[in-house]
Amino acid sequence: MDNLIGKISMINGPVILGEEMTGFKMREMVLVGEKKLIGEIISIDGEYGTVQVYEETEGLKRGEKIVSTGKPLSLKLGPGMLGNMFDGIQRPLKKIRDDFGSFIPEGIGLISIDEEKLWEVSINVKLGDYLKEGEIFGTVQETSLINHKLLVPVGLEGRVITVIKNGKYNIEEKLVELEDREGNKHSLKMYQEWPVRISRPTKERLPITKLLATGQRVLDIFFPIAKGGTAAIPGGFGTGKTMTQHQLAKWSDADIIIYIGCGERGNEMTEVLEDFPELIDPKTGKAIMERTVLIANTSNMPVAAREASIYTGITMAEYFRDMGYHVAIMADSTSRWAEALREISGRLEEMPAEEGYPAYLPSRLAQFYERAGYVKSLSGNEGSVTIIGAVSPAGGDFSEPVTENTKRFVNVFLGLDRELAYSRHYPAINWLNSYSGYMEMLKNYYEMELNEEVEGLRGKMLRLLFEESRLLEIVLLVGEDVLPDDQRLILEIARVIKIGFLQQNAFHKEDTYVPLRKQLEMLKTIDLLYERGLQSVKKNIPISKVRNGELYDEVIKMKYSIPNDNIEKIEELKNMINDFYNKLELDYSK
Amino acid sequence: MKKEYLVLDKVEGALIELSKVHAVGYGEIVEVENNLGEKKLGRVIKIDGDKVVVQVFGSTLGHSVENTKVSFEGRPFEIPLSKDILGRTFNGIGIPIDNGGDIYADNFYNVNGRPINPVSREYPRDYIQTGISSIDGLITLIRGQKLPIFSGSGLPHNELAAQIVRQAKIKVKGQERNNFSIVFAAIGVKHDEAFFFKEAFKKAGVQNKVVMYINYADDPIMERIIAPRAALTAAEYLAFEENQHVLVIMTDITSYGEALREVSSLREEVPSRRGYPGYLYSDLASLYERAGMLKDREGSVTLIPILTMPNDDITHPIPDLTGYITEGQIVLSRELHQKNIYPPINVLPSLSRLMKDGIGEGYTRVDHPDVSNQLFSAYSKVQDIRALAQIVGEEDLSDKDKKYMEFGDAFEEKFVTQKYNENRDMENTLDLSWNILSLLPKEELDRLDPTLIEKYMK
Repeated sequence: MDNLIGKISMINGPVILGEEMTGFKMREMVLVGEKKLIGEIISIDGEYGTVQVYEETEGLKRGEKIVSTGKPLSLKLGPGMLGNMFDGIQRPLKKIRDDFGSFIPEGIGLISIDEEKLWEVSINVKLGDYLKEGEIFGTVQETSLINHKLLVPVGLEGRVITVIKNGKYNIEEKLVELEDREGNKHSLKMYQEWPVRISRPTKERLPITKLLATGQRVLDIFFPIAKGGTAAIPGGFGTGKTMTQHQLAKWSDADIIIYIGCGERGNEMTEVLEDFPELIDPKTGKAIMERTVLIANTSNMPVAAREASIYTGITMAEYFRDMGYHVAIMADSTSRWAEALREISGRLEEMPAEEGYPAYLPSRLAQFYERAGYVKSLSGNEGSVTIIGAVSPAGGDFSEPVTENTKRFVNVFLGLDRELAYSRHYPAINWLNSYSGYMEMLKNYYEMELNEEVEGLRGKMLRLLFEESRLLEIVLLVGEDVLPDDQRLILEIARVIKIGFLQQNAFHKEDTYVPLRKQLEMLKTIDLLYERGLQSVKKNIPISKVRNGELYDEVIKMKYSIPNDNIEKIEELKNMINDFYNKLELDYSK
Repeated sequence: MKKEYLVLDKVEGALIELSKVHAVGYGEIVEVENNLGEKKLGRVIKIDGDKVVVQVFGSTLGHSVENTKVSFEGRPFEIPLSKDILGRTFNGIGIPIDNGGDIYADNFYNVNGRPINPVSREYPRDYIQTGISSIDGLITLIRGQKLPIFSGSGLPHNELAAQIVRQAKIKVKGQERNNFSIVFAAIGVKHDEAFFFKEAFKKAGVQNKVVMYINYADDPIMERIIAPRAALTAAEYLAFEENQHVLVIMTDITSYGEALREVSSLREEVPSRRGYPGYLYSDLASLYERAGMLKDREGSVTLIPILTMPNDDITHPIPDLTGYITEGQIVLSRELHQKNIYPPINVLPSLSRLMKDGIGEGYTRVDHPDVSNQLFSAYSKVQDIRALAQIVGEEDLSDKDKKYMEFGDAFEEKFVTQKYNENRDMENTLDLSWNILSLLPKEELDRLDPTLIEKYMK
């Protein structure tokens, strides 16, 4: 089939209108103008087609050609993605730098994963096998951490009629040939193409039962995220959204991390590129870069590609999920994506809904978050996609449309708080307005992992924190001294919870990642401190004695002083608390 | 050959529309001439069929649909750049206004620039010593950073910016560097403000290292949109081709945003918050993101935009979106200004995102991270205690709280306050911090490593 050709008729920023475009298809990828800029058709009206262009449109002229490619915006899914950084439409930024220098030009064309690199392939099917869609026919050890499984593309099945020998090949090599029931032959390569806007099929969705362990205390114990779940992190600027996302990307126990820098700062992506190769995953001992894919559309890169970057990321995630991996995807920030939608919508002169956002904002958000899930893949493996989206509400006001609509489609809401950030309480997750809908589903998980139930203790500590916020209002009016001693004890303990437990130092090597067991032990120690203190207060021992500065300091410091690999040491601290209060009560009973 | 068009369809504000135009490029430069022979530049901002919308830099006063000649230049907006621009003054669209003659250069640069590939960026780590304690100690400026000053009308942001220019010391791996230059972009500023900066640069003895792009408050609005781009193009040229460390001061971003809004409403675009266009974020980002460093070049672009928050409101779209793009912010406070504290920097909402990697051992001093953390948390506590004191009276505060009150006053009066010409080096600033922290009871110093307390607390 010959490529169809249309002509540019109108240009308005990243949106262009073409004429003579009968026969072009909706969501088809097109090449625009002499520079062959990449674009996508977003509406068709008679012979006119509207195209959003993923590159800078300056210099385009009316009458230049629009050429069809016959396929929707798609990714090449295969070895070569891990450890790499791509732009919003999967073009490799390292290669672009090597070919074009430090600044990104337009008209690079469609390039994707490396086509020349040789990979060591081992095939695990033989002649005569009958393969179905999604089945694994071979593997490539892509990085020392990840074994890339080669999947039969969706929609294909048949009997194996040729097989290549194990060995080193590039991704274009025909590895296996299938013959289907009609006698058609299909060759399988190391990669397959998939349109970004369509979710990849699975056998079935499974219930959510596993924690996405992050090593962050405020999350794992108080507001847990589940594998296959969804979470949103909204916060005004300077409250630490990106920092929190980076911590999750570094330490969460997903097999693969896809980090989308969507309309954010260039330096932040550079930081990830510099930091991640040096960070070692606590479980595997390998550099975490080996399990990470980066997608960057920084705030000064073309806005249409920002809209696509989210879909590029989630499609890659689903592909790895289908191999049986647990994938976590960090989208920083979904607000920039929504704003890109708004910008394009405005240029199309669509009727705006709230704050200029298009009326389809909620449905687009829902479609995105619903691509998360814990599934059984076509090959029968269990895998999951967890989505953690940062939200940047205008003015830090959580009642704006993106935050409000996101809230409806996610199960974990981690509200970042400006006041906490100002006092340098990090992570600045506000325990009063955050929530996690996974507590009940994860109940068994905690019991299996820790042989203890967590829910009761968690509830008790949260109650203390709620109580504190109520008491603080009174304190602001009348001062602390007038409160009865048991309430003053609550204030003191809440302070210990905040400084000793909720605050976590991302730059301290012992504190940046904390195993679940230690998290629980720390909380139990604080609980002991509270219970023993309360007991003493009830025996009319004055609060000035109950709150012993040295003892409290020891408890607060436990995050640094108890090593992650020697958690038993915390028993000494508990003994110290018991000894102190035993002695105190003895002294007063005399 | 250049084609001239003699009939317009429409003149509205600074936009003109004409039709039956062929082969014109999006973003192309246009020359507009009226019947008196006055020439102005413009730019194509929309092509629709054979209709073209042109944004004119300058006033359309006196233009009619019949007396105007329009010719298309066939090139995007470019300015000539060479090392001779140092010491020169230009208007918002890069035309010299200092009687120093034209700039002759072989190379013309597109003012829109191109996005830096994140892979090519070098992560900024070396600090710039400004000699101002509150900035150096708590909001450390890093070379290659974009750090705006959020101010309000009537606050001394210009003085602060001038003081930074005068005192800034760039150190690369401990060595002081002299290859620095300054690009100053004035966007819709008053004549006396521009004059203030000119004088300040002269007094600091840097006038030969400064390039100025000035768009006065009574200059055409359209030029405001080009002025910062021209300045940043010059900065990129100096940094990445002439290996200079460039400090870019830009004032006032609020005027820029308003110009953008004006054009947007002329174009009848769908507004988002407070009438600003939906693309305000990506437009501001196309300016701010041009700051930075490259792996294979020696130079750097450090950007300090100044913006006045309308009604001191930090949630106004311009400061709000700026804060989302820049790497922190320096916030000036009217309350401190009224207390006669200079510089009136409110450190609590201020932040330098890059400082975490540019301070401490090997960069500033080993105690710096803990000290800045402690100062922040103690000073934020002071705010609560002051609120309490308002209700119960200072007399009835506990001893601990009284200590905090004392600390708060000392922090504002000794640490934040300094003279316009007072230059404190990093050692000084950190020693002063310990001095003030010593007012607090020891058990309150929960952010300081005990070994540091032993070493530095006197």
